[in-house]
Amino acid sequence: MSVLAIVSTKNGAAAKSGLEAASYAAAVAKANGTEAVALVAGELSNASDLGATGVSRILQTAEGITDSGQWAKLGAAAAESTGATVVVASHDALGRAVAPRIAIRMNAGLVAGVTELPANGSVRKNVFSGKAMADIAVNGTVAVYTVTPNAFGIASDGGGAAVETFSAEMGTAKEVVKGFEAASADGQVPLPEAELVVSAGRGLKGPENWGIVEDLAKALGATTACSRPVSDIGWRPHHEHVGQTGITIRPNLYIAAGISGAIQHLAGVNQSKVIVVINTDPEAPFFKAADYGIVGDAFEVLPKLTAAVHALEG
Amino acid sequence: MKLLVCISQAPDTTSRIAFTNGDTEFDSNGVQYIVNPYDEWYALVRAIELKEQNGGSVTTITVGDAGCDPIIRKALAIGADDAVRIDVKPTDAMQVARLISEHAKGAGYDLVMCGKETIDHNGAVVPAMIAELLDCGFVSNATHLDVNGSAATMRREVAGGEEIVEVSMPCVLSAAKGMAEQRIPNMRGIMSARTKPLTVETASAEAETRVERFALPPEKGACKMIDAENAEELIRLLREEAKAI
Repeated sequence: MSVLAIVSTKNGAAAKSGLEAASYAAAVAKANGTEAVALVAGELSNASDLGATGVSRILQTAEGITDSGQWAKLGAAAAESTGATVVVASHDALGRAVAPRIAIRMNAGLVAGVTELPANGSVRKNVFSGKAMADIAVNGTVAVYTVTPNAFGIASDGGGAAVETFSAEMGTAKEVVKGFEAASADGQVPLPEAELVVSAGRGLKGPENWGIVEDLAKALGATTACSRPVSDIGWRPHHEHVGQTGITIRPNLYIAAGISGAIQHLAGVNQSKVIVVINTDPEAPFFKAADYGIVGDAFEVLPKLTAAVHALEG
Repeated sequence: MKLLVCISQAPDTTSRIAFTNGDTEFDSNGVQYIVNPYDEWYALVRAIELKEQNGGSVTTITVGDAGCDPIIRKALAIGADDAVRIDVKPTDAMQVARLISEHAKGAGYDLVMCGKETIDHNGAVVPAMIAELLDCGFVSNATHLDVNGSAATMRREVAGGEEIVEVSMPCVLSAAKGMAEQRIPNMRGIMSARTKPLTVETASAEAETRVERFALPPEKGACKMIDAENAEELIRLLREEAKAI
């Protein structure tokens, strides 16, 4: 028996979401008195970070894999060879494509987007776009979990892990990656992984005014986001749109300026740990979901906040 | 082209979320159901566009009881040709995926199109399960889809950007924002939807998980207001009190 972690990589290193999945797997293994094993496809330049999550072994393939069907065959084979009764992946692009396929191959119960460790025979996840939680139990003996990004911290007190070469019969690839287009050229953390997010809406009055949003984001090391109307009218790119139909995020801090807080917007951001709302309208519904609020003009407040961040650093 | 679009019903975004029967069931009392937005706005509309360009047919498939018929009729009004409803009250993703793939197996669909997730269970896993059960390629969170010959070229959301992926058909995709624009059904569509075929099939499949209980998140404490004149105070509180920066 063991717990298998499917670890996503980016640029040849275990990704943040992959380290989160490994940490979760190690915690599940510890609670069950067994070992956690990590599975990585291709290059891994930060094996020590992955070992520090608490996994005791790292299985590594010679080549990277982009095909979700091949990945699933590999994952199921690794689960079989390690006797895994729990398979953990991040609820990221890789996990969303591969974990369901592994669940099918293993006839396992899949719980997607878990936010806490299993307890009392079930595991908690968010449902109804963050407006409720559900405790889900798995009917059979094998469980597959995908872990919500930013919900589970990365452990760093593990003892290190041995790297072993692993291979499996994977058949032919049906999906071929032809290219990649970066969403932003300025090195911001991608929105789903971002811990700090500064977002703005129609209250900014025009795309030419986004400098004050970007300045605050830059000072904090935050990622910029926007509301749906702003991306729909082309002030900001679509990939910045957070909300029901855009991207769902779960940062430690979400600062929203000039966004009223329609329920569709809240659905994408309500899992943020701390929410700050800046709006000229004291009746804006977003204040009800906020931890901190400022009734005021974003054009005055944002530069003050940027200056205060710089002052802290100075 | 033969296209299958998976359509699910979901509570309208503004619905009050409450639970019943000892917090084990969603309280649908007074809830207005809609077509799950990702299924409708992106997957269904793109399927209809492909049919308009290349000819063929768009079939929708839904796992659910007769309560789903209104949202199925709406999908037909938007432009699907016919609909299948598998008469099972769904309990988990695996069960739904098994039922849909049983229908699709050997039926000759070029593409099986889904929304990226439902807005009630937020699982985002049924599409990849269908792909595995049909042994075909899969692209999640696709924001763009073009078809050329026997292959589909898609863009998909990944951390930090978008990948361009080529997949041999038949294949399965889950659609995200960017794939198509919402279409409002016109009167002619609504009238014709009444007579388009809606086939009800009986089937069964095992579920692998169950909901033990639902819970509502703890009430948020009152929002701490900071004077705009003294906005710097916010940064101090974020660092010292909230420990967020």
